[in-house]
Amino acid sequence: MTPRESQSLFTLDLLRPALLGSLRKLHPRHQVRNPVMFVVEIGAVLTAIALIYQVFAGKAFGGGNESTAFTATIAIWLWLTVVFANLAEALAEGRGRAQADALRAMRTDSVATMEDGTTRAAHELHRGDRVVVVAGEGIPGDGTVVEGIASVDESAITGESAPVIRESGGDRSAVTGGTRVLSDRIVVEITQEPGQSFLDRMINLVEGAERRKTPNEVALNILLASLTLIFLLVVVTLQPFAAFAHTTISTTTLVALLVALIPTTIGALLSAIGIAGMDRLVRRNVLALSGRAVEASGDVDVLLLDKTGTITLGNRQASEFIPMPGVSEVELAEAAQFSSLADETPEGRSIVVLAKQYGLRERELVGGSDTPVFVPFTAQTRMSGVDMDGTQLRKGAADSIAAWVRADGGQTPPELDAQVARVAGEGGTPLTVARDGRVLGVIYLKDTVKEGMAARFDRLRAMGIRTVMVTGDNRLTAAMIAKEAGVDDFLAEATPERKMELIRHEQAEGRLVAMTGDGTNDAPALAQADVGVAMNTGTQAAREAGNMVDLDSNPTKLIEIVEVGKQLLITRGALTTFSIATDVAKYFAILPAIFALTYATSAGGRGPLDQLNVMHLGTPQSAIISAIVFNALIIPLLVPLALRGVQYKPVGASALLRRNLLIYGLGGLIVPFVGIKLLDLIVHNVLGA
Amino acid sequence: MAQGILQIACFCALIVAVVPLLGGHMARVFRGEHTLLDPVSGRLERGAYRVLGVDPTRQQDWKAYARAVLLFSAAGWLLLFVILRTQTLHPLNSGDFHSAPWDVTFNTVSSFVTNTNWQFYGGETTMTYVSQAVGLTVQNFVSAAVGIAVAVALVRAVANRRQDTRQDTPTDPNAGTIGNFWQDLTRAITHVLLPIAFIAALLLVGQGVLQTLGATAHGVARGPVASQEAIKELGTNGGGFFNVNSAHPFENPTAFSNLIELFLILVIPASLTATYGRMVGNRRQGWAIFGAMSLLFVISVAVVFAAERHGTPAQQLAGLVGGNLEGKELRNGTTMSSLFTAVTTVTSCGAVNSAFESLTGIGGLVPMANMAYGESVFGGVGTGLYTMLMYVLLAVFIGGLMVGRTPEFLGKKIEAREIKLVSLGVLATPLLVLLGSGVALATKYGAPSIYATGPQGFSETLYAYMSQANNNGSAFAGYTGFLQPNAGNLDSNGVTFADIVGGLVMLGGRFLPIIIVLAIAGSLTGKRVAPAGAGTLRTDTGTFGGLLIGVVVLIGALTFFPALLLGPVVQGLTTHLF
Repeated sequence: MTPRESQSLFTLDLLRPALLGSLRKLHPRHQVRNPVMFVVEIGAVLTAIALIYQVFAGKAFGGGNESTAFTATIAIWLWLTVVFANLAEALAEGRGRAQADALRAMRTDSVATMEDGTTRAAHELHRGDRVVVVAGEGIPGDGTVVEGIASVDESAITGESAPVIRESGGDRSAVTGGTRVLSDRIVVEITQEPGQSFLDRMINLVEGAERRKTPNEVALNILLASLTLIFLLVVVTLQPFAAFAHTTISTTTLVALLVALIPTTIGALLSAIGIAGMDRLVRRNVLALSGRAVEASGDVDVLLLDKTGTITLGNRQASEFIPMPGVSEVELAEAAQFSSLADETPEGRSIVVLAKQYGLRERELVGGSDTPVFVPFTAQTRMSGVDMDGTQLRKGAADSIAAWVRADGGQTPPELDAQVARVAGEGGTPLTVARDGRVLGVIYLKDTVKEGMAARFDRLRAMGIRTVMVTGDNRLTAAMIAKEAGVDDFLAEATPERKMELIRHEQAEGRLVAMTGDGTNDAPALAQADVGVAMNTGTQAAREAGNMVDLDSNPTKLIEIVEVGKQLLITRGALTTFSIATDVAKYFAILPAIFALTYATSAGGRGPLDQLNVMHLGTPQSAIISAIVFNALIIPLLVPLALRGVQYKPVGASALLRRNLLIYGLGGLIVPFVGIKLLDLIVHNVLGA
Repeated sequence: MAQGILQIACFCALIVAVVPLLGGHMARVFRGEHTLLDPVSGRLERGAYRVLGVDPTRQQDWKAYARAVLLFSAAGWLLLFVILRTQTLHPLNSGDFHSAPWDVTFNTVSSFVTNTNWQFYGGETTMTYVSQAVGLTVQNFVSAAVGIAVAVALVRAVANRRQDTRQDTPTDPNAGTIGNFWQDLTRAITHVLLPIAFIAALLLVGQGVLQTLGATAHGVARGPVASQEAIKELGTNGGGFFNVNSAHPFENPTAFSNLIELFLILVIPASLTATYGRMVGNRRQGWAIFGAMSLLFVISVAVVFAAERHGTPAQQLAGLVGGNLEGKELRNGTTMSSLFTAVTTVTSCGAVNSAFESLTGIGGLVPMANMAYGESVFGGVGTGLYTMLMYVLLAVFIGGLMVGRTPEFLGKKIEAREIKLVSLGVLATPLLVLLGSGVALATKYGAPSIYATGPQGFSETLYAYMSQANNNGSAFAGYTGFLQPNAGNLDSNGVTFADIVGGLVMLGGRFLPIIIVLAIAGSLTGKRVAPAGAGTLRTDTGTFGGLLIGVVVLIGALTFFPALLLGPVVQGLTTHLF
């Protein structure tokens, strides 16, 4: 679990290729995919032509009396606007590419040894081929272990340095190409065609080669294109409107107005946001097989979580000693400890650990005269214990111990049944402890909920996501654990079929379901779920059924995945809002500049609309330049936000909307007023425009 | 001042009180439930079905619904065209009126079929009683009903919880349907418009509004005014019997008749928000939209009221006090003229009781801004609600993203198709306005229509196209399509460009959004409904109302900001007279 988050946002070796890439992306073939920036590029071309015209003709193209320097400045900044947009995209891609390069380095073209002893190049392996891999060798391709057991170093793809066990059969049979066998020998059946391997797909994804626009991106693009269209019309009709007021406007100024109005901020950053979202998942060691899946994860309504290993530690632990009347708690603890000394199961060890809290130490046992004889647990006796100093200690299931006590001529105390029933009723497992035909008490074995789970579920609830615990336990036990863990609902006595049924039921009611799984029997459910996260330790079937793979095999990772999905959408929405809101300030900068002299009543005087120059910008030219420079500079300034994503806080939709509206809506109204004014101070007061 | 504010507040309170009542009634009407009016209205309704020969229970998908709307409107257009072209054959034609030039007729017919009631003509000097009462008044009823029907169809689609079950039961005949146009149309007339208009007409007659078939006497024009007056306001039509509309003492004789007319204009558009809330099963949804509309409306009233009381900069300079009374009936004064101005332009009514071209610069900005919102702030009967719902979809899309979910509206996902349609729907009207006024201002074709120069001439032209494209019908005067030297259309001429382009703009401004809205309804109706949770964007909160206002204002203001600068804003900022 080492999310590779530490990498800084920009490094020099990322920036240099990105700069080159952003120039390469000026090609219209690339730009046409983004209607907003394509319009900016056409505008940049137009102003460049206007500049050439002005240099030779000596007057502004299309009217007006702006200086050549003005036209040149606008032309340069329009080109820069396009370059900045390209740079944002190139940077996002570059960050992915850096990861891809690291991955590609692992894909050494090794030689595989086939089962029959022949050798073949790794890239020529096909589905169904069987290869032998021994200690020290790299695994040549994705596959399933069909024979043997080995420890495998998967640090190259997971970042986790501890080796993992891979064995034939069961849920730990999948191996990934590029990982390394550390011990033993395994036979692997290849499950992927060449070029389709996990590593290949991962490289393609982080590089953005397989990036297609997600449905939501398509919808947003339509909205942005429509806004662009209407502003185009606004600007085109402004020419005749102004002519009616005896005002001519140069083409350069009209283009500047258009570029300022169309949503360039979001248009420039939209694809970077998408790429960065995918990248953030990869940094958390999650591999999404499509951008659509990342988007869907923001919409998840229901989360199915397996109890064992996800919500609970997976082992029952002793949590309480319940003595019978006449027995002290210490006496019971001591007996329980002795009976468990040889018990190497996690349950047995937890009894010893709990007994230590009573001040008992293992060495006290050594004081005895006889060598203790340990009685191991068998399925027939269903109890274990120790014989020493002539006494017999036993612990085990309540009915087995009761039978043992009665066989010894003893009696079970009447309180025993009540206590056993209580423990079972609370979802625990009762173990009865007896000495020489006398019941001492009950050990309460509890399924322990992992620490911090309740807080995580609270967080999910605040996001509007319901968690459902899935367990094979009976209803009673399940209900208790569900209550303790703080999940919203549970599915007890779960089978793969019932799990599937639950997913279908939730989906039929319109909810989006996410789940994690690793076993082959999880595969259908993983495929059915809207967001299915397969554990990397899981079987190949599970990994293929899900639409994401968690390389850390951490089932609670789903929470982070959901947050990344939400972040992605919020970033899009926030920057769209910001982009549209900034238009108000740009209008107040550019329009008074254009119409400064319109309807002036005295020669050389200012017209009535000059009063709308509320920012008191120096001159009409410096006002327009400042607006355009602001419009361009805001793109690189917001690149870090686009790449990192807007901060997400699970506070409920209404609070979130209010917060983001305040920051990005109101911010979008105010920030450009300040920014344009500051730029004007430089452009006008310092540079003298 | 204080009395003026009190009057305005009383009027607003009256509307707020009636909204849930009439809204609830309309919800029952359009859910096909029984109402108190059934003994009379139900009989009329069934009679209408027999005459039309339609089966009101047959559900239509959006295409069938749209076809019915277009077919019905086309038939109405032809009928009205024939009536207006044959004035010489009309009985009760005591003034011996001829038919208007063909281009003017084209404009007028398009105007009334689209619920615009833009009038290049003066009623009392050009229209026979038959044209007024049988031609125009009938369209006042049915065009209003069409608007309501389309809005109801959209609301029904939004509210529909029955999933598109094409995969499960391919035989479900109601999959993807949005109601029956003929039923919605008929019930809108029989259960809503006719009963209210009938009572309102009686009340207006009681106040002294004329209702006679008698001819012009002593040079004073008369006619069946009250019957047309009631539906003129109630259906947000706005086409006056007389040229000066509700400033005429026979149309609007008293302070009380003025209040009745104001009430009639706003009551259905405002109440439809409550109808919407009830039909989607959450009244707060309706109140949220009503709240957003109300806030924009109150701002409109406040601005125009303040501007008119303050007067123009030139009036200030000349030391004139008492506000701007140019172009106002002194009976109405600045208060009731200002309120009427705001009410008639937030709705797409367009009836007026003062002359808009004489408003102060900033006062004149208000009606234009109201139309810049696309007549979504209350708007026309039905049209206002569906336009606002398109803005709601836009707000949901942007707001939905900001809460981290792919956007959904009342549980239904808003995807590329809906956004495409909504974008088209919201952009169609500005497109028509900018193109129409751009051509008129820049080419020789507009010149014969434009009387004034400078910002006034600009405002008048821009206003003409804003008003026609948004199907409002009020005018800033000064932009003409009809030249009539004598009463009765003798020797009269139309300005063909203004008439035809205006007519086309009205038709486009009406039917493009209608088709788009019905397509949205068709797309939404069968959508899977996701239950709401803590992470879902709620559309019934104040925050969402604020977002909605932001979207309406930004889209509207951003589109028309430059144009508005050159007209009313210039005039509001200068003492110079143009």
